[in-house]
Order: sequence, then C-alpha cells, then structure tokens
Amino acid sequence: MSAIQVVPISYYVWLSAILFSIGVMGVLFRRNVIIVFMCIELMLNAVNLLMVAFSSMLNDAAGQIFVFFIMAVAAAEVAVGLAILVMIFRNTKSVDIDFLNKLKR
Amino acid sequence: MLTQYLFYFLSFLAIFSALLVVFSKNPVQSVLSLIVTFFAIAGHYVLLNAQFLAAVHVIVYAGAIMVLFLFVIMLLNLNEDSEPQKPGWIKFAATITGGLLMVVMIAALRSAAEMPAPQKVDASIGMIKNLGHVLFTDFALPFEISSLLFLVAMVGAVMLGKKEIHNP
Repeated sequence: MSAIQVVPISYYVWLSAILFSIGVMGVLFRRNVIIVFMCIELMLNAVNLLMVAFSSMLNDAAGQIFVFFIMAVAAAEVAVGLAILVMIFRNTKSVDIDFLNKLKR
Repeated sequence: MLTQYLFYFLSFLAIFSALLVVFSKNPVQSVLSLIVTFFAIAGHYVLLNAQFLAAVHVIVYAGAIMVLFLFVIMLLNLNEDSEPQKPGWIKFAATITGGLLMVVMIAALRSAAEMPAPQKVDASIGMIKNLGHVLFTDFALPFEISSLLFLVAMVGAVMLGKKEIHNP
C-alpha cells in the first residue's frame, strides 16, 4: 500500500510549501554563506518531495527521473559553490554574505 | 492507519529540524539538523513506494553533500563566536516574508486538493528495473548531458580550489 492512497495529496502540497518557505526564510534570515547554501538545498528537497508525491499519484515514473536530475544538479552546485566559498574565505577571512557586495561598487 | 501516523511523524520531524537549521546558532548543529531533515524526507519517499529513490537520496545527500558541508565548516573553523548575525528588523522582515510566501503558495495550489486519490497504485514504479528502463529510453539524452555537467563541475571545483601560483 502506498501512502498516497490514505494521505490526501493536499497534505503533501502543504508540507512542501512549508519546507520551501522555511528555506526562503533561511536565505533571508542568515548571513553565513554556508547556511544560505543549506537553505537552498532545503528548497530543492521540498520540490523533490512534491514531485515524488505526484509521480506516485499519477503512476508516472518521469517525476522520479526528474528528481534524479535535480539531485545531480544539486551535487554539482554544492561542489562548485563550496569551492568558491573556500576561495573567498582564503582572501577575505570571512563567511559574511553582506561582506560580498564588491560587485556593486 | 500506521501509514498515516508515520506520515504525521515524518512531517513533524522534517519541519522541526528544518526550523532548527535556520535558527540554531552553531553551524555544525545546522548541518546535523539538515541531515535529520533529509532522513525524514527519505522516509517519505519509502512511504510513497519510491524505495530506490530513498536509497539514492540518503547516499547522495547524507553521504556526500552533507559530508562536504561538514568538511568545509571544520576546515574554516567556524563556531558560535564567529557567527555573523543580521540586525533584528531584518530577521523580523525575513520571517514575515517567508510566512507570506507560504500563504500565497498554499492559496495558489489549493485546486490540487480537489484531485481524488488514485484507486489503483502500481507498486513497481519506484523499483530500479522500471526506473532504469525509463532513464535509458526516454531520458537518455538528458542523462548524457548531466555527465557533461559533472565533468564541468569537477574541473571548475578543482580550478577554484587550487592555490594561485605567484609569479615573481
């Protein structure tokens, strides 16, 4: 038995919306770049969860394949992002996101 | 009945630890809370008959991405004292903005609530045999392109992480 038969799809929509909003709130809330990255991962995961729920509901495997590709892109994004972060920390000795406004000037 | 209780438990765990990610002062504690969130989401995948995806999720996120985060945090020697904090009014505005976004999204997606639950569920859809078949027939080109993306990401990460050579 699948959870989609006993749990309404709207509950999954609400859960994903709440997780996504927590991610957006975290991006605005924190100044540490690493935590901002982690909140972006949280947003990607909220989307993944909704996609798997609808894939299970509509009996279509394409949704689960999309989740694979999102995971692949997330892994590549984290590797490059953390490399950039380590570079910036080596030059400025700070992980403060408000410190990184040099492109504006 | 047990499935419903598991759904509520996993949802509560996911939301609670996601809030801990945002609000905890120590970055290492944030990473550990995010790992708990990922395990709760993997549990949701198991409940939705996506067993292979649950295994991949645990391996990729808890096994690879979060270890990378922990390595960087420990490499940069971040702790509670070096943690930069935003002023109070920005924190307040961020919370209000997140809450408003949640209200808007729930209102926009309300029509999904009228979709009926499926009568018959194909349990084999999340199995590795079916997923592999779909991945290598309908999605063969995106699969190859993602390998190119990984190559570019690998070269980029190595080039960025390398120490600059100073010419005298």
